[in-house]
Amino acid sequence: MFSRRTLSAALLFAAAVTLTGCSSPATGTAVPASPSPAAASPSASAPALTISDPWVKTAEKGMSAAFGTLVNNSDNEVRVVSGASPLSSRIELHEVVEAEGKMVMRPKEGGFVIPAHGTHRLEPGGDHIMLMDITEEVRPGAQIPFTLTSDGGATLKFTATGKDFAGGKEDYQPGMDMGADKGTDESAG
Amino acid sequence: MAGPRLTRRGLLAGGAATAVGALAASAPEQEPSRTAVSTGAAVEPFHGPHQAGVATVPQSHAVFVGLDLQPGVDREAIVRMMGLLTDDARRLTGGRAALADTEPELAALPARLTVTFGFGPGLFSTAGVERQRPGPVRPLPSFGIDKLEKRWNGGDLLLQICADDGLTLAHALRMIIKDARSFAGVKWVQRGFRRGPGVQAAGSTQRNVMGQLDGTVNPRPGTADFDRAVWVTDGPDWLRGGTTLVLRRIRAEMETWDAADRVAKEFTVGRRLDTGAPLTGRREHDEPDFDRLTPVGFPVIADQAHIRRAHVADPGMRIFRRVYNYDEGLTPDGHADSGLIFASYQADITRQFLPIQRKLAEADLLNEWTTPVGSAVFAIPPGCAPDGWIGETLLS
Repeated sequence: MFSRRTLSAALLFAAAVTLTGCSSPATGTAVPASPSPAAASPSASAPALTISDPWVKTAEKGMSAAFGTLVNNSDNEVRVVSGASPLSSRIELHEVVEAEGKMVMRPKEGGFVIPAHGTHRLEPGGDHIMLMDITEEVRPGAQIPFTLTSDGGATLKFTATGKDFAGGKEDYQPGMDMGADKGTDESAG
Repeated sequence: MAGPRLTRRGLLAGGAATAVGALAASAPEQEPSRTAVSTGAAVEPFHGPHQAGVATVPQSHAVFVGLDLQPGVDREAIVRMMGLLTDDARRLTGGRAALADTEPELAALPARLTVTFGFGPGLFSTAGVERQRPGPVRPLPSFGIDKLEKRWNGGDLLLQICADDGLTLAHALRMIIKDARSFAGVKWVQRGFRRGPGVQAAGSTQRNVMGQLDGTVNPRPGTADFDRAVWVTDGPDWLRGGTTLVLRRIRAEMETWDAADRVAKEFTVGRRLDTGAPLTGRREHDEPDFDRLTPVGFPVIADQAHIRRAHVADPGMRIFRRVYNYDEGLTPDGHADSGLIFASYQADITRQFLPIQRKLAEADLLNEWTTPVGSAVFAIPPGCAPDGWIGETLLS
């Protein structure tokens, strides 16, 4: 159960997202449910990285994946190298590539790179945040906290909304049939 | 570049403005048709003290969907659902793609899209807030004229989606129902239409499938009478700024209506078919003179004429009708299945709707050609702020 305030704020989506600059590492203590980015940032400086429209695919068990648009507000390239969430102890930053005529997903070498003053989309069929062995069901409308960490050690905290979604079923293991719905939740990414 | 600008009916959204700008940029030599673009790009504001889709000038297309909550859905789940559905509505009505929109291009032209949510009796019990249910929000008492079919009755949750474009409407329904169906199953769908945008002068009374001007005596949005008739100002706190909806599906008996001559049709209603004027007047909005007699001593407007039976003297006690026609196809014999989706909004069903309905059910010549086949009642929660969600005053 979550409060009206939590839900309301989470529905702002773009809010509650800060990746503090390299000058102030490890101060990403933003409260995910805070109603505005300004209030979410304990430092005076504008957040270098934000995310808009974060969502996570609903799943009963097994795998899931999170998406959104990473926005780099700084003058420098930002490289996201790891992700974390209470939902899974095993989170990988994935890409989807063609291998032997099939679309497969795999960990992305070097993480996600967001150019200075640029954006980087995480979407089904493309780069995404992969969650393995989720610890509880992701229900539609659930608010799932995430933390992304850059190579400089700065963190971006945000809350993604659980969303039913039919796509994003690329195989994790190369060599399996692409797009075949196994009727399980093991292909959520 | 087309900047934000005001249209007569609503504010142009940022997203829609971008679409206009993109269109202009891709065809710099040609001035895009101003009329066409403004119809597609027009936005009805989503946020405010009242939900959109009630006082909103009726759009040309509507779909009403009645849903029943699934077993196991509780208050916490309803809150999650309303958060998702509100977010979809907020984005789509603003001309922006829904979250995880599979066809984001279809969201670019909102065409005055509105999404209005209603709570049926079952939602209150499921959410454990039965004490907050307004008494009259329950199935209407049965009337002698009713031939209700289960497939059109009731519902725990109402979606009313309206737009001036059919494709926009289809996309909005698709995106919203995809978020609703984990929580609720579809009980019925009713699709309706009115004249298309620009077909008639704004503010014209519409005709129904029986050819009658329908809704001449209707409170006008923006007036004190409308506010008094429609918006809840007392009763449960959570519903202040909201209203109630009685949704009746009324079949028009077109085959027998065809057999009636014009004089009989006008006598039945008490108005002329061409102008909509009362039989005692010359213009549509002339006040009917219910006391006038014919030379032989009969009332000009018959005792059982529709407008006499439906007449309510106090404008604040009227109902607000926001009706749509339906025309669902033909039998193998070529007989019509058409009629009226009668959407009646009022602050108080017991004080406003029921007395009129009782009088009509008792005696109305028009009953010969109209048959209520569906009935549902909903509380329409107030609107919400940009950081809020529809239903928060009841469920948070």
